[in-house]
Amino acid sequence: MSTARTQGGGRWLGMYVAAYLVFLYLPVLLIPLFSFNNSIQAAFPLQGFTLQWYATLFGNSALTGALLNSLAIGAFAATGATLCGITVSYMDLYGRSPLAATISAIARLPILIPGVIVGISLLILINLVGLGPSRVAIVLGHILVALPTTVVIMRSRFAAIPKTIREAALDLGASDWTTFRRVMLPLSLPAIVSAFMLAFLISFDEFIVVFFLAGTEPTLPLYIWSQLRFPRSLPTVMALGTSILAVSFVIAATAEILRHRGLSATAPKRADPSQPKQTKRGELQWHST
Amino acid sequence: MSTLVATSAPEARSSQGFRVAMLLPGALVTLLLILFALGLVLFLAFRGNDGSLLGAGFTVANFVTVVSDPLYWTVTLRSLIIAALVTLATVVTAYPVAYYLAFHAGRRRGLLLFLVTLPFWTSYLLRVFAWKIVLAYNGVLNSALIESGIWSEPTLAFLNTPAAVVVTLAHAYAPFAILPIYVALDTIPKSLIEAASDLGARPFTSFRRIVLPNSMPGVLAAALVVFVPTVGDYVTPALVGGPASTMIGTLIQAQFGKANDWPFGAALSVAVMLVILCVVLVARFADRRFGSRT
Repeated sequence: MSTARTQGGGRWLGMYVAAYLVFLYLPVLLIPLFSFNNSIQAAFPLQGFTLQWYATLFGNSALTGALLNSLAIGAFAATGATLCGITVSYMDLYGRSPLAATISAIARLPILIPGVIVGISLLILINLVGLGPSRVAIVLGHILVALPTTVVIMRSRFAAIPKTIREAALDLGASDWTTFRRVMLPLSLPAIVSAFMLAFLISFDEFIVVFFLAGTEPTLPLYIWSQLRFPRSLPTVMALGTSILAVSFVIAATAEILRHRGLSATAPKRADPSQPKQTKRGELQWHST
Repeated sequence: MSTLVATSAPEARSSQGFRVAMLLPGALVTLLLILFALGLVLFLAFRGNDGSLLGAGFTVANFVTVVSDPLYWTVTLRSLIIAALVTLATVVTAYPVAYYLAFHAGRRRGLLLFLVTLPFWTSYLLRVFAWKIVLAYNGVLNSALIESGIWSEPTLAFLNTPAAVVVTLAHAYAPFAILPIYVALDTIPKSLIEAASDLGARPFTSFRRIVLPNSMPGVLAAALVVFVPTVGDYVTPALVGGPASTMIGTLIQAQFGKANDWPFGAALSVAVMLVILCVVLVARFADRRFGSRT
């Protein structure tokens, strides 16, 4: 490859990428901008700095209730989705059974189903079993929505652990259970934490499915949705949205760092550059191409 | 040979209990919450609506209505066009970003990957809401245009249009498209591209003949992960689309809400899944046809 040409093309591409990132972030960053604006309208010119919209967040019992619901549902759903992600991907890789491979394939299926259909199918199911729209129903729905993510993360993590480590444990007489619990789980701990955090985020921010499954106790996105009808409460929604975005950014950033750190820690050293480096960085690959 | 013997002995001792315990959570979730729940939708689609949970009597009347009523053709066609435009826009705009990440980013690659994946994990509802405040009559775009003297009075032309839906969805699903394309590009052996240029191919030729065909699986995967959630979306049409951009997801949601005709909503869902199945099959075919791999 001629380096001069590559450099020139790279500069134009670099500028394009910068513009793309601006497009990606600018609309979202308007929410924090106008949440500090002293006006009901989200419009220019800015009317001066205020924290009054943040003050309205406190002492709002409906909001507090929704927040607590979202936190509890997120914790339960993330636990369930991470547990399923660990077991499904582990058995897919090491279970040597068609059943395990099938389960793993179905677990990633929700990517190919629009959220509205996931929502109504679960709505029918929970009514059939007599559960009805409730927080338990939301937890089940969010386990499903987060499952493809946790399976993909855990699968790429387990796959990146050199096969010889597991084989050595088995050769030395460790049972399947001991190998799993004492060798494979500790080695994938960063990925487990990362999968849990991302599953929590997915649940915490999820709206499309929860819309069908919520009973009388809304989650935070449902609370926001209910407030969008009232123009007067838009600034409050923006203050709330800013807080949620800030928390999401911190959790997502931590999860990403953990995922990559965990991957590089035990990944085989790149000795042979001719080898394809498929799982080196452990990017999320949704579809086996 | 010796390793084979050595590993097969402990494998044989593998406790049955461990396997059952490990398979159980996944089996429960996938069989009950995914397959059984989808089966219920299919079952309900062939039932008459009598207000009860599972309907009454078997009928194909729901599907007859879906096929014969022009309203559903219009809305389905609109959903397909909007989803196709969104998919095209996200994939075409994402490709150069993925290309840069794979071949030019160098030391900045980690940071850039992080920046493009971060919006992936933020609230979809908030991303759509952001566009609502951008496009509103007395919103950000209008006021910025007036403030800068480009326009003299606000226009209603932004919000409540199908174009608003396309832009909003393209923005909301933009991060989904980059990663699959990047992974496909990153796994192309560099030696292939070097060989092409050694053999005298100009950069554009080697891009067209080597890089693009080899990245097609990633492009198709990206198209699929954008197309599927977009075609069934009901939140964006409701927030920024207005009545002229009702999508099929809106109709399904209404059947399980205000209209209260669950069997018909189930039939609509089955129709959407069939459309998606067709698209997946076409993508598979295109992958096999054009995705020449080494």
